Amino acid sequence: MTARLTARELTLRYGDRVVSARLTLDVPDGAFTAIVGPNACGKSTLLRAFVRLLKPADGQVTLDDRDVTAYPTKALARSLGFLPQDPVAPEDIRVRQLVARGRFPHQSLLSTWSAADEDAVTAAMEAAGVEDLADRPVHQLSGGQRQRTWIAVVLAQDTPYLLLDEPTSFLDITHQYQLLELLGGLRDQGRTVIAVLHDINQACRYADHLVAMKEGRIVAEGAAADIVDAVLLKEVFELPCVVVPDPVTGTPMVVPLPGASS
Amino acid sequence: MTGRRVALLSGALVLLVVVAVVGVGIGAHHVPVVEVVRALLDHNGSPDHVVVRDVRAPRALLAVGAGAALAVAGVLIQVLMRNPLAEPGVLGVTAGAGFAITAGSALGLAASPAGELGAAVAGAVIATLLVYSVGRRSPLRLVLTGVALTAVLSGLSLGLRLLLPDVFDRYRFWSVGSLAGREQAPNTVPLLVIAVAVACALLLARQLDAVELGETVAQTLGVNVHRVRLAALVLITVLSGAATAIAGPILFVGLMVPHLARRFAGSSVPWLTAFAAVLGPVLLLVADIGSRVLLPTGEVPVAIVTAFLGGPVLIWAVRRHGAVAAA
Repeated sequence: MTARLTARELTLRYGDRVVSARLTLDVPDGAFTAIVGPNACGKSTLLRAFVRLLKPADGQVTLDDRDVTAYPTKALARSLGFLPQDPVAPEDIRVRQLVARGRFPHQSLLSTWSAADEDAVTAAMEAAGVEDLADRPVHQLSGGQRQRTWIAVVLAQDTPYLLLDEPTSFLDITHQYQLLELLGGLRDQGRTVIAVLHDINQACRYADHLVAMKEGRIVAEGAAADIVDAVLLKEVFELPCVVVPDPVTGTPMVVPLPGASS
Repeated sequence: MTGRRVALLSGALVLLVVVAVVGVGIGAHHVPVVEVVRALLDHNGSPDHVVVRDVRAPRALLAVGAGAALAVAGVLIQVLMRNPLAEPGVLGVTAGAGFAITAGSALGLAASPAGELGAAVAGAVIATLLVYSVGRRSPLRLVLTGVALTAVLSGLSLGLRLLLPDVFDRYRFWSVGSLAGREQAPNTVPLLVIAVAVACALLLARQLDAVELGETVAQTLGVNVHRVRLAALVLITVLSGAATAIAGPILFVGLMVPHLARRFAGSSVPWLTAFAAVLGPVLLLVADIGSRVLLPTGEVPVAIVTAFLGGPVLIWAVRRHGAVAAA
């Protein structure tokens, strides 16, 4: 697998607090990469560094062998799409209008709304399953509908890379799996998906490439079947468990042992 | 959707022209509409025509300029703060201009209309620079700094005015925002500045659409958030500074008009800006007509008329906002 998006010897910190030191990661192209790890292990921070929201203290993030900080802002926004954990929609905005704002990096100062913009917005709403909600005010939607609307915003941005920070949080189990299926489908269309996921079993089932992080380091990475076992879970999550094959997909499935919290 | 907005905006423009032409005829000396049009297109030097051309039309032009400036500044600040109850005065611009007028009068520098105008602009600019240098890190900090500076400057101004009675007299006339008598001041420059700033606001509006989604999302959509914020702040200062310079402090237009515009424009900042630039002048022209006809003799300052209109609109906006937040 080739990598066009990479982190090289990346040191990330907020003020004096070092989150990650000398972290290196190649994101496999055209694959679904899931980043897992306990709370505050630096997953979200790493994602923010990839999309240039956090300036590395040292090292660099490169896209096509070029430092992301060297890209013009709009050009980078045409390559990397990012969905943060809790985006807030403006008051009174409707679904279609919100999704349309994802087209910003494709527009210039004076250009008018084009047919290509219109098509991209319609396609994004269809892919995210919100086309029936197009004229509804966003603030009246349920949590799941709202999350799918935001996914449509990022899809309208039409980027080869999609980076999502815990996209399944606040969703019920049905919507969680719908979203993961959607991300899998986008990967099948050739996009590179990188998501921070909370649920290890979902990550094992949907991700082609799993990255396990702890305390700012990458503990293991690779196909879930190759790296996920009870030893890794003990090391990363400090969770005593057994790992069995998922009865449906055969991917690793984590089953915690009784008294796991003690 | 877009077609409807184009129709509505055209309608608002027609309304603006009608209100301006009809309004110019109304006042202590009534001039028929036909004569108003003739005075503007085919001036013959009759008393009616002189009143129209030298007094009423310039005054209407001031109302258009100040109305557009305050309304567009209001849109910018509300979008920037992501708060529908923000108004341009929260950045300390108005208080800065007021203090400069007071201090200028005390020092004998703001005796002429031109001096007043210069002092107001200088005060507005200095106040904004101060507020920006302290609060530039976040919108919330900016507002807090603006409110604090407003309190300090208002206190200082009040102290000066209580100590110096003739400064008090001069300030009294300025502080009640009014268009009466101000048409004789050199207003070409402020009006041109307003026209340019409104055009810049329209160009900036699409970026503000993205900024409205929050700093993180805007940044990853390819907007340089800090640069856009700075540009918006500069425009807010220039617009409200220029409006305050030509008309004194007129409250509520900057708060009220964006809410009216939102009814027609929806959430799109470019449309919101365009509607505000047309509806602001309409509102101020109507208020100015009111200021001329409400009393049998003399005039009510226009700022008092807008305040009377503004109170109920503010309550309506708060109630509506509360309803949205509760949903």
